[in-house]
Amino acid sequence: MNSPPLIEMHAISKSFGPVKANEGVDLAVAPGEILGLLGENGAGKTTLMNILFGAYQPDAGEILVNGKPVSIRNSADALAAGIGMVHQHFHLASRLTVLENLLIGIPGKGGRLDRAGALARLDEIARNYGLHLDPDQPVSALSIGEQQRLEIIKALFRRARLLILDEPTAVLAPSEVDGLFSALRAMAAQGLGIIFISHKLNEVRALTHRCVVLRHGRVAGRVDVPAETTALEMAQLMCGHEIVPPERGPSVPGEVVLSLDAVSTGGHGGMPLREVTLAVREGEIVGIAGVSGNGQRALADVVSGMLKPQSGTMEIAGKRVAAFTPREVQALGLGRIPEDRMTTGLVTNLPLADSMVLPRIGTEAFSAKGLLKPGAILAFAEEQIRAYDIRCPGPMVRAGALSGGNLQKALLARELAFDPKVLIAAQPTRGLDIGAARFVHEKFLALRARRCGIVVVSEDLEELLALSDRIAVMYEGRIVGVLDSAEASVSRLGMLMSGAGGNA
Amino acid sequence: MLRLEARQRTPAWLNLTLPLVAIVVTLILCSGLIVLAGAGVADAYGVMFKASLGDSYAITETLVRAAPMIFTGLAVTLAFRAKFWNIGAEGQLLAGAMASCFVGAIPMPGPLAMLLMAIAGAAAGAAVALIPALLRVRLKVDDVVSSLLLNSVVFYILMALIEGPWKDPFSGYPISPPIEDSAGLPVLIEGTRLHLGVLVAVLAAPLVWLLISRTVLGFRIRVTGENPEAARYGGIDVQRVIVVAALLSGALAGLAGVGEVGGVHFQVMSDISPGYGYSGIVIAMLARLNPLGVVPVAIFLAAVMTGAEAMSRATGVPAFLSDVIQGTALLAMLVALLFTAYRVRRSA
Repeated sequence: MNSPPLIEMHAISKSFGPVKANEGVDLAVAPGEILGLLGENGAGKTTLMNILFGAYQPDAGEILVNGKPVSIRNSADALAAGIGMVHQHFHLASRLTVLENLLIGIPGKGGRLDRAGALARLDEIARNYGLHLDPDQPVSALSIGEQQRLEIIKALFRRARLLILDEPTAVLAPSEVDGLFSALRAMAAQGLGIIFISHKLNEVRALTHRCVVLRHGRVAGRVDVPAETTALEMAQLMCGHEIVPPERGPSVPGEVVLSLDAVSTGGHGGMPLREVTLAVREGEIVGIAGVSGNGQRALADVVSGMLKPQSGTMEIAGKRVAAFTPREVQALGLGRIPEDRMTTGLVTNLPLADSMVLPRIGTEAFSAKGLLKPGAILAFAEEQIRAYDIRCPGPMVRAGALSGGNLQKALLARELAFDPKVLIAAQPTRGLDIGAARFVHEKFLALRARRCGIVVVSEDLEELLALSDRIAVMYEGRIVGVLDSAEASVSRLGMLMSGAGGNA
Repeated sequence: MLRLEARQRTPAWLNLTLPLVAIVVTLILCSGLIVLAGAGVADAYGVMFKASLGDSYAITETLVRAAPMIFTGLAVTLAFRAKFWNIGAEGQLLAGAMASCFVGAIPMPGPLAMLLMAIAGAAAGAAVALIPALLRVRLKVDDVVSSLLLNSVVFYILMALIEGPWKDPFSGYPISPPIEDSAGLPVLIEGTRLHLGVLVAVLAAPLVWLLISRTVLGFRIRVTGENPEAARYGGIDVQRVIVVAALLSGALAGLAGVGEVGGVHFQVMSDISPGYGYSGIVIAMLARLNPLGVVPVAIFLAAVMTGAEAMSRATGVPAFLSDVIQGTALLAMLVALLFTAYRVRRSA
């Protein structure tokens, strides 16, 4: 890779008030190179990429494209310089079709959209990189993975030479990740540059040619051969200290605290449950594995009281669940960590304290005779913020201002403070950095030691293998196998997840 | 080039000064119209001020006019907090007026009549608001459209009544029979029209504030409005909360009608409300959905309305200017709200 860099950033600095988001950051991407950009939440990755894409102006430093200094004032400048970005949250018009979305902002010919030209270009992109989409599908009918593909196509359509992907795999199922990676490799092979931002170190090791690690806004280290560097070494670069994996001591499971017996659900958008039977005992962690969309969401919804099954029964701590409402399961001693913290867990526009007391606002801890106890609410929030080291200006800050890891801590705090007998956590570490994910895992293990029964639904097999005493695998709405942690491995789980279990 | 950049946080002083800035900008913009109408800006605003806030009688007149606007402003505030888009305060006000007029015409002891008028008016307003609420939670019908269109339905029911069964048999005017003298709300200051309903309206604001910020119901309304999905996950019956918020909102708007019948007009006619229900939306937005802010904003707009009539008589500027001021104030506030979320940056 001796060709001149596609893009260079020199000594970039940017401050927000007293916070130095970036300080003297150097970064370069050569044609055909996939560069990994690593760092914990708040390390300055997003700010750096927003500077490159023109959303922010750097306080100091310069950007060179093909060796020439450029000033990128907005996204139009970035696109003109050949820089495309795929954000974590997509910017698509959901009522328009794939083709119409591509044509947004593209000048037409004499006031008419150039449909034929666009179709030809779409076809070319599909052939070159293996990115196929039906041009006439409305975006609302696309899966998350397909929407992401459309975002990538959109950037290529505008002839981007450098593509920035901000945590692209956070929203994808494992099978979709493979498709994304092969497309990215195809783009690199044809001379495009790619900046790949991720928390998942194994993905970074598998995909990228070189890595830059940010910490506290500065470059903390560079990794020249990611494939030959261990995930642990990278993780230590990111957090700046050694990481010891959490210790999972032995545990003797006791009474059954959560049991499902032949639970089936109707379709509610996703894969329904089909006769799912599962028992979770106190003091054990049961992992739920499966390729995304095989009924895990329905399982979490039923247990959390968000979805009433059509048939079958569920018991929590020996009591039969009748109404399947959040209040009922909570009253029976169930704690819940939702899959989507921002939309189902928290109210981003209200104070953090409100989100922290939300599920139990009607209980005597926080209200009496219909009147709130503002003092108790505030005291609870302050206490948990201290106990969980939630980094925020205080309980009255907008919940949406917190980082993902701190939000997850807040959600853990609001459930664990009430000493649940059973906890169900869906994708508890999705999108979290290593430090925050570790914190979550330690809390689960501490809960297990306190004889709580824990269900962890996750698509991260390594997380499940590290935490679980038993792992149940879901396939097409059924549990097709339950493995003890001693006999579980990625390959055995993978077999069951693909439906090739045989012993279901 | 100027550009907008998202703010990390909104400074507190900005939240407080924005409504004031919006009002100043509105008065500056509307001064152009005054000039076009051939009057002096200082003269016109001077007359407006004198006629609305210049002496104690003018102040009581402004307060009398502010009372229904406080109620509708509170009604809209409460509904909007739950993201129930109640554009129907006008119809709910008219329903409240009709119901209270019907009850007030029945002979009975005064205090009992007033109480029953209030209950009937609130219930009628709530009943009208219930329709769009049920349509929304049961059938997902857009509440903006249904609550707005209901205003016309209620208005023509009122017209049918005063052109039909309620029509004055002697004069033939389309006005309802008056309520009993004893049912009229007592006047607080001798020689003015300042009636008990004004006091109730002003006291209602802190009560609504308490409801929203200090009760479990208020908490549920806020959470439901901000994030219905998180509300449902948190064990809140979202549909129920929306219906309850709609009922309370309709009841408040209904009380606006009760005050107009019991304290000002003592009967119902077609122009009993010059759009107080719609003003409620402007007021709620200018008050940034804070019930305590509703009172000063309603008094300001009432002063504009009272003053505009006097200005029209004195300077020949059409009194419609007050409508323009209201509309401009709403737009100015909406633009001002943008600056709480974004800052303007000059880019090189």
